[in-house]
Amino acid sequence: MNPAPTSPPIPASAERTPSGRYSGWRLLLEGLSGQRGWSRAWAKAQPRSRYRVLIVGGGGHGLATAYYLATEYGITDVAVLEQGPIGLGNVGRNTTIIRSNYFHPDNIRFFEYSLKLWEGLERALNFNAMVSQRGTLNLFHSEAQRDLFTRRANMMRLQGVEMEPLGAAAVKSLVPLIDLDNGRYPVLGGFLQRRGGTVRHDAVAWGYARAASQAGVDIVEHCEVTSIVRQAGRVSGVETTRGPIAADTVCLAVAGHSSRLAAMAGLTLPIESHVLQAFVSEAIKPVLDVVVTYGAGHFYVSQSDKGGLVFGGAIDGYNSYGQRGTLPAAEEVAMEAVTLMPGLARLKVLRQWGGVMDMSMDGSPIISRTPLEGLILNGGWCYGGFKAIPAGGMTTAHLIARNAPHPVAAHLDLERFAAGRIVDERGIGPFPYAH
Amino acid sequence: MQGPGRITRGLLTDAERSVGFRFDGRPMQGLAGDTLASALLANGVRLIGRSFKYHRPRGIVTAGPEEPCALVDVLGAEGREPNRLATTLALHEGLVAESQNRWPSLGFDVMAVNDLIGRFLPAGFYYKTFMAPGWAWERLYEPLIRRAAGLGRLEAIVGEHAAPAETLHDHADVLVIGAGVAGLTAAQRLGGSGLKVMLVEQDVVLGAGALLDPRWHAWRETMCDALAARSAVRCLPRTTVVGAYGHGVFGALETLSMAESARFGGLKERLRIIRVRRVVIATGALERLIVFPGNDRPGVMLAGAALSYLRRYGVAVGRRAAYFVNSDEAYDTVLALTAAGIECAGVIDVRPASKAADRARALGIEVHGGAQIDAVIGRERVRGVRVSDRDAGHRRELAADCLLMSGGYSPAMALASQLGAASGWQAEIAAFTPELDSSSGRVVGAARGVFGLAAAVRDAESAAGAIAAELGRAVSAAGADLKLPPDPQATPIAPLWEVPGRGKAFVDLQNDVTAEDVRLAQREGYEHVEHMKRYTTHGMATDQGRIGALAGSAVLAQARALPLSVVGQARARPFTQPLPFAALAGGEVRQHFKPRRRLALHDWHEAAGATFMTAGLWLRPLVYSHDSGWEPVLREARAVRRSVGIADVSTLGKIDVQGPDAAQFLDFIYANTMSTLSAGRSRYGIMLREDGMLFDDGTVSRLAPQHYLVTTTTANAAAVLEHMEFQLQSAVPQLDVLLTDVGDQWAQFAVAGPRSREVVAAVVAGVDLSSGAFSYMAASAATIAGVAGRVFRISFSGELAYELAVPASCAEHAWTALLKAGEPFGITPYGLDALNTLRIEKGHVTSAELNGNTSADDLGFARMLKPDADFVGRMLSQRPALSAPDRLQLVGVRPVERSQRLRNGMQLVASAASGASLGYLTSSTPSVELEGWVGLALLAGGRQRIGQRLTGSSAVHGESVELEIVSPHMLDPENHRVRA
Amino acid sequence: MLRIRCPWCGERDEIEFRYRGDASRPRPAADAGLAAFCDYVYQRDNPQGWHLEWWLHVGGCRTLLKIERHTLSHEIRWIGAAADQPPRPMEPGR
Repeated sequence: MNPAPTSPPIPASAERTPSGRYSGWRLLLEGLSGQRGWSRAWAKAQPRSRYRVLIVGGGGHGLATAYYLATEYGITDVAVLEQGPIGLGNVGRNTTIIRSNYFHPDNIRFFEYSLKLWEGLERALNFNAMVSQRGTLNLFHSEAQRDLFTRRANMMRLQGVEMEPLGAAAVKSLVPLIDLDNGRYPVLGGFLQRRGGTVRHDAVAWGYARAASQAGVDIVEHCEVTSIVRQAGRVSGVETTRGPIAADTVCLAVAGHSSRLAAMAGLTLPIESHVLQAFVSEAIKPVLDVVVTYGAGHFYVSQSDKGGLVFGGAIDGYNSYGQRGTLPAAEEVAMEAVTLMPGLARLKVLRQWGGVMDMSMDGSPIISRTPLEGLILNGGWCYGGFKAIPAGGMTTAHLIARNAPHPVAAHLDLERFAAGRIVDERGIGPFPYAH
Repeated sequence: MQGPGRITRGLLTDAERSVGFRFDGRPMQGLAGDTLASALLANGVRLIGRSFKYHRPRGIVTAGPEEPCALVDVLGAEGREPNRLATTLALHEGLVAESQNRWPSLGFDVMAVNDLIGRFLPAGFYYKTFMAPGWAWERLYEPLIRRAAGLGRLEAIVGEHAAPAETLHDHADVLVIGAGVAGLTAAQRLGGSGLKVMLVEQDVVLGAGALLDPRWHAWRETMCDALAARSAVRCLPRTTVVGAYGHGVFGALETLSMAESARFGGLKERLRIIRVRRVVIATGALERLIVFPGNDRPGVMLAGAALSYLRRYGVAVGRRAAYFVNSDEAYDTVLALTAAGIECAGVIDVRPASKAADRARALGIEVHGGAQIDAVIGRERVRGVRVSDRDAGHRRELAADCLLMSGGYSPAMALASQLGAASGWQAEIAAFTPELDSSSGRVVGAARGVFGLAAAVRDAESAAGAIAAELGRAVSAAGADLKLPPDPQATPIAPLWEVPGRGKAFVDLQNDVTAEDVRLAQREGYEHVEHMKRYTTHGMATDQGRIGALAGSAVLAQARALPLSVVGQARARPFTQPLPFAALAGGEVRQHFKPRRRLALHDWHEAAGATFMTAGLWLRPLVYSHDSGWEPVLREARAVRRSVGIADVSTLGKIDVQGPDAAQFLDFIYANTMSTLSAGRSRYGIMLREDGMLFDDGTVSRLAPQHYLVTTTTANAAAVLEHMEFQLQSAVPQLDVLLTDVGDQWAQFAVAGPRSREVVAAVVAGVDLSSGAFSYMAASAATIAGVAGRVFRISFSGELAYELAVPASCAEHAWTALLKAGEPFGITPYGLDALNTLRIEKGHVTSAELNGNTSADDLGFARMLKPDADFVGRMLSQRPALSAPDRLQLVGVRPVERSQRLRNGMQLVASAASGASLGYLTSSTPSVELEGWVGLALLAGGRQRIGQRLTGSSAVHGESVELEIVSPHMLDPENHRVRA
Repeated sequence: MLRIRCPWCGERDEIEFRYRGDASRPRPAADAGLAAFCDYVYQRDNPQGWHLEWWLHVGGCRTLLKIERHTLSHEIRWIGAAADQPPRPMEPGR
């Protein structure tokens, strides 16, 4: 059990001891010398009294923003404030899928930008995040759905992003586990994005934290923001459980809790917090190479490198900060799994957990200035935030550094709702619980 | 044939009934009542599997579901089921099991080389390498890692004969989880108070610890008999509560015995969803391992497990046992095994002195006080142990063939924690105990650190009293008269988490996590217990690392120089026991995944040769032919355009709206005006979402001043009703209106084509259907084929048309009458595909165009919006962005080269070279009215582009077509036909 | 899983109901202007704490219920009809 986090004592040697380069050679050397040479992956910084940029939230987006601020935009006077240990929020709870198959052309551009950044990430961070592009396969079960996916694939191809149609036989040979014909909604075919896949989620947080820390960013854990301080109509800093910190710019990267932090600045947001559950099965030898999404419900599954099947479904459907799941959603996901892949029937589900999602009013994210000068929002990720971490970080850093939106994220502004420029992938409307 | 390990009778085994089974190909015998583990131990089998990462030889460690190592594959008729726990797998005749994770054999496993190179594979090593060269991850490293991962193999026969699954729903006043002495006591007291009680127990029998202590056998029997006789208490053994979901809802997995499974058609388990008002958590405590080099060798087991094997199955886990203990409770095993004839190599007690040690010595048992085990001698089995005094050194070796360790006991807190319990450190028992708000549940007995069976009984009595009082009952005194064997006086536990030394010492046996891994995690900054867990994977295997969880935290705490109470343990999450997908899914899978909604005329359509299409839950006739291609569809569409056709459109949503304020209500719901509709007239209506975007369209008919009938699209039927109810009750509750869903009550047919009037007139009585009397959009009650129904003159096809509604029970009668009346005109049933062809030609929109992202202006409906009065969506629909000239607007498209076809999903681009999408094709069909294909599209600034030429491009099909942009109203734009 | 006590139908599982979101913002008057309507449609307090919300009993009597539920513990402390107001003032609950 986690006791309530009291600040653990920071050892005297918290200064920036670089963790050194990671490589196979280093493993060999350390193996021969009893692993003595490994040191902290990121420095456990003490907060200073002022920074140029404060990033609230030590999850994927917060850490990535800090990293890109330091390495792409030359701003290192940055602190990431995380209320607990980094990376235990949604970045550590998701189903690890990366892809860029979206409907809205601006979203395709944004998520493809992210996918390209994933492709170079491990080298850039010198941390193996196991970016594994083994493919994401979207199944369809009706002609109407085929038409929809055709439209999407054609739109993607116009932007140079590949998406391949597969017939039923090709689907079966790619994923032998699938029962094409005996379910209530037979599988007619699928669309495959070969460059989609999975990433080891914890490694993303740790990798970005390490690289940002090495680049000079202060990562301050066990530091909860308790209020946002305003002065002369703009943000001037924050109050935290470790004292006040002044800043020129404060960036909120706390998806799931954006509303709560925004409220500290006197703002409301077009967001509801909802729980999304995820599950993992016991580990078995490889049976599934690609990520598969079921088209006749809401179910997606992949097999992690550890052997467990990681899968999930739709949000539970009512406002919640509970980080835990309900039974009906678990049953529904299992029904879809067994219907699509009857071979899983005797495989055991091990664990269920939940994350808290920032469900926005149009189902698309928000990377934007806010009505409060100096307060930047990176949130509204719904359940699509993980794949967007590199692009979210880069474009948020751009927005902070240049005070102008990055071209691929310009459509994700907060004003779009009132203006009517909504970005609604599936046409569901202003009902976060339905997205 | 009882095996060398079977030294006495067991409580659960039947010495008269032998059971044959195979393990790794070797045939063996066990007894009815055995688990696979007890039978293997009885046969002297020690080596069970190879560990996940290092492929170290492993044996059986525990006797229950917390087992980390004894996982096997079971081969059965349905294929290979991986990761079954030998410790809970009931032995049955013909059981075939195989060890896992080894090649070529258990005795000689090639991957054991990992153990030798373990120093290069510390926790998290994979994060630090495998990054270069770039191509190598997916092609080389990852496939190897993936093949090494996982323990069991899944080989399932995917066929029609899947085993049944079942979900049951239970309701009771109180759920008691666990039938140890505390649970039995609580169930007895509460059941006797007149409350309905469910008592669930994961074991095959009730009693838990009382089974292991002969002094408690009589008490246990009396209590079990009394409970069996009490009808208010339902006892469910073999049932594990897997999750606590709040609001008194619990999920439980009931595993069926072989006999019961045969009775229920092969059903293996049931998911039980239990709803109660109160819960008693009596889940007991789990024994803990101690961390020392070689604590994973086959033959190293938990002390309590050895006692279980002796008492329950009559099996000795070894001939000469060494014991490593730090509490008095562990001596139960020492005394029992020694009395049963198992030689004692020595009891190594961490504590210099203790009452239990005194009692043992009095029986001639050698106890080494203040000592510790430094290492295990032996690799594939324990051969001996190295012992030293904790302060003075004095190393010596003892020969033994098993080492029984007990590091203390940790309350099983997972369910309490799911209910929100905080955890508190109890130094006296060196364990975390749950602190649960009594409004969420009550934890009793060992589950909250009350060790000692008699103490647990009293604890449960007190909790039962409190619960009974809360529920307004006097607690029963049933069972209070039974004598309780006194708990012996105990010397407190002396916590010992780790004995440092050379060689791997494990904190998590299933994931092969060592104490050194934990220290490495701390060194690298993964020092919060949740980071340590994720970095080392401690606690992330199928057993959730339960027997080593506290030890791992203790090693971490030591490395961080912090007390355990601050470091804590990682959070436990559902499920407390893994459960098969099939159990969680229940019976609504495969063909039963969602219900099938059939039209009243389904059988008729089927007999007429229809190909059906699934639209949501509905089965709808697509075309009355099993031939592929467009010809059958176009034949039906042509028949409509030239003469008459009939279509079953019963799936439309139909909502009856009545009341003095019905008109006003519909004016609020629809963007256009319905209050001006006269009785006997229909009107096409569009409704918006509150954000100003189109939500649904349909027809509103006014049957009487205060009686309307609304139709919706098939897909949105439920959503529209919901929307109307929501608005009525929240936004305009002052309006006196009643809504009724009559979708299933009415069957509805479209009769369309130039000859449709003649057909309808032959069947309808009571209404003058001549053109002047029953003009376009008229509506009326009517007698149809002698049945009271309604007729509407509305057209989706663009031809003269009527829709007739009859009660669903009369569908076939009316349909048949219409077909007969239409015979002279060659009336042709037409399906969804033909319907679609006709409506596309006419330019009518469906959900392909009304897709949630279109505004009224986009589809050309701007003029329909009421200018003044309020309606849902009015304010936001007026935002300029929703009618901006460059928005995607509805247009028609035709290929310039008439012989070319169109594709739904084609992108519209300025030219083949240009990459920017200007819009996309939403619907298309070969035309029966015009030459070639026609389609509808959403095109940026579409209305301004009519007359232009663009390119339609489908990379998916590899096709590119030059297109002419036209008005969407390609057929009879003046509506002469529908007004005929 | 939530168990909701519908005043007409009794205590039922959450799956019988359809969630319709925040019930603390009434629909503005017709002439309240665009900003008020944008607020109504898009802005949400989304508290971590007591939340006033709509649940429509679609699987039963189709009554629209107004419910006060805590978004962290999921405890329900008040259920009323659409026109009712909860007895206590809403705490900020952040």
